[in-house]
Amino acid sequence: MTPPSSPLPRRGVPLWAQIVIWVALLGLLLVIGIGLARVQQPMIAVGRPVPDFTLPLYEGYEYQGRSQVRLSELRGQVVLVNFWASWCKPCESEAADLEAAWRAYQPGGQVIFLGVDYVDTPLDGLSYLVKFDITYPNGPDQGSRISGLFNRDMGVPETYIIDQQGVLRFIKIGPFASVDEIRAVIDPLLRR
Amino acid sequence: MKEKRLLFALVALLVLGSLFPLPALAQQATPSDDEVNAIARQLFCPVCENTPLDVCPTEACRQWRELIRQMLAEGKSEDEIIQFFVDNYGARVLAEPPRQGINWIFYIVPPLAFLTGLFLLGRGLRDWQRKARQTAVQPPPVPAADEYAARLEEELRKRR
Repeated sequence: MTPPSSPLPRRGVPLWAQIVIWVALLGLLLVIGIGLARVQQPMIAVGRPVPDFTLPLYEGYEYQGRSQVRLSELRGQVVLVNFWASWCKPCESEAADLEAAWRAYQPGGQVIFLGVDYVDTPLDGLSYLVKFDITYPNGPDQGSRISGLFNRDMGVPETYIIDQQGVLRFIKIGPFASVDEIRAVIDPLLRR
Repeated sequence: MKEKRLLFALVALLVLGSLFPLPALAQQATPSDDEVNAIARQLFCPVCENTPLDVCPTEACRQWRELIRQMLAEGKSEDEIIQFFVDNYGARVLAEPPRQGINWIFYIVPPLAFLTGLFLLGRGLRDWQRKARQTAVQPPPVPAADEYAARLEEELRKRR
């Protein structure tokens, strides 16, 4: 008969440490999961109201003499929000069409265009506005807050058209090809 | 009269002297690419993914680097320039997330996980060494001492 060998003392991780580790891991997974869900969930979609935002405006591009404009103040008008940047070549191709459309709608007072200058330097942004003779209200997307609100991995140009009730009706990724393309979206909204 | 002339000459000298060195000073004040890039590498391109500003070839980044150069020439400090970019374009332009709020996770979790791993590894190694030591000092197994074996041994001895 062999004498029984003395068993090794069991030295596992203490229970309290196991609980702490699991709670920390689950907490971390929860935080990552919430973050991913937030990123993937579109904050805006066609047919849904657009969250309110305030756009500070460049000097010379104010709205009714005010240095900033708030989306919720524009209820009752069709709002075209155009994201652009001075470094963006495709933006240049639609600049003249947007301005022509603005000049056509401006006298009626039923449509407002807002240009949002995305990750641009103020000096280059202003030079762009002068170069393309743009006259509608324009301002910088300070802190990328507005593009963040639209929650898109933004490329420029992008255009969003919002109806009189503040509901998003149209998204255009890339430049408009003509004034007619812009009017084809806005005119039906004005007839409603 | 002589004193007046002397005074006039002095004033003229001062005026001329203050005019001519100005372009030279302005040239010296133009920040070098290295100075610009020292700040630019702390920022990331706003339109490309994971590209530091100092090496990004896009037009947007070229404009940003020029803005940094301009701000340095105006005498702005590194912190002021970086804060300007955060205020205007958001914290996402930073190479490192700011040490605040939920961002602390990125600074706390990796070293904590590393230390926990080290602790568990050390503990495992210690247990493994103890086990090896105990196996080494364990006495050899005692031969079977049962009655049957003893009789078998005895019989074999008799037959030899």
